[in-house]
Amino acid sequence: MKKLIPILLMTLLAACAPDKAKQQSEPGDYEIAEEKNPNAVAENANPGKGLGQVTNVTLNTPLEVERVGRGKAVYEMKCQACHKLNDQRVVGPGWSGVTKRRKPEWIMNMVTNTDMMLDKDPEAQKLLELCLTRMPNQNVSIGDARDILEFMRQNDGEK
Amino acid sequence: MKNIKRMTTLLLAAVVSGTFYQCKPKGPAEVSTGDAASKVYVAPGKYDEFYNVVSGGFNGQIGIYGIPSGRLFRIIPVFSLTPESGYGFSEETKPMLNTSHGEIPWDDLHHIALSQTKGEHDGRWIFANGNNTPRVARVGFKSFRTEEILEIPNSGGNHSSPFITENTEYVVAGTRFSIPMGDKDVPINSYKENFKGSISFIKIDPATGHMNIAFQLRTPGFNFDLSRAGKGPSHGWFFFSCYNTEQAYTLLEVNASQKDKDFIMAVNWKKAEEYLAQGKGRIEKVKYAHNVYDDKKHSATSTMENQVTVLDIEQLPGLVYFIPCPKSPHGCDVDPTGEYIVGSGKLAAMMPVFSFSKIQNAIAAKAFEGDFNGVPVIKYEAALHGEVKKPGLGPLHTEFDEKGNAYTSFFVSSEIVKWNVKTLEIIDRVPTYYSIGHLSVPGGPTSKPHGKYVIAYNKITKDRYLPTGPELTQSAQLYDISGEKMKLLLDFPTTGEPHYAEAIPASMIMPNSLKIYKIEENQNPYATKGEGQARVERKGNQVHVYMTAIRSHLTPDNIEGVNVGDEIYFHVTNLEQDWDVPHGFAIKGATNAEILIMPGETQTLKYKPTEVGVVPFYCTDFCSALHQEMSGYLRVSASGVKTPLKFSTGIPDDQASDAGK
Repeated sequence: MKKLIPILLMTLLAACAPDKAKQQSEPGDYEIAEEKNPNAVAENANPGKGLGQVTNVTLNTPLEVERVGRGKAVYEMKCQACHKLNDQRVVGPGWSGVTKRRKPEWIMNMVTNTDMMLDKDPEAQKLLELCLTRMPNQNVSIGDARDILEFMRQNDGEK
Repeated sequence: MKNIKRMTTLLLAAVVSGTFYQCKPKGPAEVSTGDAASKVYVAPGKYDEFYNVVSGGFNGQIGIYGIPSGRLFRIIPVFSLTPESGYGFSEETKPMLNTSHGEIPWDDLHHIALSQTKGEHDGRWIFANGNNTPRVARVGFKSFRTEEILEIPNSGGNHSSPFITENTEYVVAGTRFSIPMGDKDVPINSYKENFKGSISFIKIDPATGHMNIAFQLRTPGFNFDLSRAGKGPSHGWFFFSCYNTEQAYTLLEVNASQKDKDFIMAVNWKKAEEYLAQGKGRIEKVKYAHNVYDDKKHSATSTMENQVTVLDIEQLPGLVYFIPCPKSPHGCDVDPTGEYIVGSGKLAAMMPVFSFSKIQNAIAAKAFEGDFNGVPVIKYEAALHGEVKKPGLGPLHTEFDEKGNAYTSFFVSSEIVKWNVKTLEIIDRVPTYYSIGHLSVPGGPTSKPHGKYVIAYNKITKDRYLPTGPELTQSAQLYDISGEKMKLLLDFPTTGEPHYAEAIPASMIMPNSLKIYKIEENQNPYATKGEGQARVERKGNQVHVYMTAIRSHLTPDNIEGVNVGDEIYFHVTNLEQDWDVPHGFAIKGATNAEILIMPGETQTLKYKPTEVGVVPFYCTDFCSALHQEMSGYLRVSASGVKTPLKFSTGIPDDQASDAGK
């Protein structure tokens, strides 16, 4: 199974990354828990990082422009219907300031492991009580989630 | 009337024996009734072992049931309009029901053929026939949706269909009624002179499943009933049962039952391919619709085809042989080894079993008793393996298990009879309730039956269920065939009327079942891939609404600037990417139906407002806690009134100019 994870990861990346050159630099940017069931991470193993495959994300400055562009495209297709870019809550919370409130791992786990986060993560559960609509699993790959994160950083004013 | 008396006797016998054994709990009946419940019980959260793909007969659809529980999972729209999902109503699916006669919103779906590789189920496609306006449909096992419908020209009713070869090379379509070819206006009593039969061999593209008529056999005018492909040693041959070799055209009940024997028609389709390659085919001008659903564009196209290649069996030696078969044969079933062909004469008191190797020897030795319009008729005895003596009354169909046994349905005596294919000895018989038609053993028509059960699809229900007025549910019954004796386990109702069905292990289908349509791959030209693209565009009197749906709102949900007389197209894209979260769309006064849109899919509902007013629309599929809020308004102005075109969501004032921004 351990051998499978990198293959799975490459498949995920191949499915989401538009250009090959970009793919090769990506695996080092974040670590993925190697478990038999990738989502069955021990609870509270990563305080504030949420539950899911993403255990460690490296953020770079300046922002990676290509990621921002791709992240924006995914946002417009899969997220915009419920999340505004300001602080206004529509169906879900507005994204303004989200990268200051949450760790990057938490954000990526929320986006890619939505159902388990809503069932088990206390912070995600607080949001469900507030919004009353379960955030849908939008079938976002890890690579796409990383791009969305970069777009969120830009939305929060990072350069 | 005799039949009913017999049934009453059987019923009484069943009741009496049941009562009797209740006093003797350790008797044999206890075994057949006592643990029957546990054998069909599928605990909550557990899955059935088999998918049962059941034809819907006059409802024009396919039912998907679980075996052994008998639970109904899904009805797949095939030949009939389905307002529930919008099949045949949405702009994307309308072309599926197109024919050379225009849109035909219904058909009579009789038989199922699951795709095979090397004689075994491969879990790719379901084929089904439209009996009335001749058509063949292909349903994908990933999506459980109808992906293709091909009309069959030169056919008077597509009953002998869609039987399949062991590598899905061909699916056949044999005409039930012979007709004058080329829409000729001739007297009906010129049948012998003018009427012809027609068998289409539909080539299946091994990669895509796409269907094309490779050639048609032109035959003497009589009725084709059922068929089966050869397998193993008999691969390359196809066998068709024929009745009305009397060539009657009125009161067939009497006039088509005169002869002692009709025919099983053996077709050497490899020979047909040779003749075709030699250019012996004749091109005929015809007109037939070919409808294909594209699962990336989420929409269908209908193309009108204009020719077929015809091979005349009366002119081409070695292509076809007739084998005499007693009394209007119905079933014509080939056993798993490919050596034995079972003919079921509906009116015969015995069942002939033919031998493929004997047929080959008879052809080599020219053991013919004569010819029919130039086609050799093989001597009955020369082709015969043997006869099953006094099997029952009214044999119809035969399925097989993996142990060399055959199971034949008997309509008149209302029973299933188990017999040994080689020795022709009868092993067991069980009553069915009532008057069984088709029957199905999982993998029964393949080289590798899965066995375990036989399912009876009965033609008469009577008192088996709570009555619902004159019209009753259909009656299916599940029997355990793992032992020497067949045991009745379960009655289960089906939507009607089932004809043939096949069953396939769930393990071959379940892992491949599609969960969502990926929004990234949605190529519908009217897709709205993101709420920012939601908009309304006017083109003359056509108004196109590019709408998105996600829990729990539609965008745009306020639309103004349309007029009475406009044609409004609601192109609704479901932005969800989660399994089992469809959204529906309905608008008050729509004269068609609703549409159900699966995650990532785009479907279009056409709406023509006829009155001035403000018209609500809403999501019909309960999707979330705020489902009741998932709605909107369309303002309809009088014809000619220039209300500005406006659309928005979530902006409750006059500043609204653009949706979703």
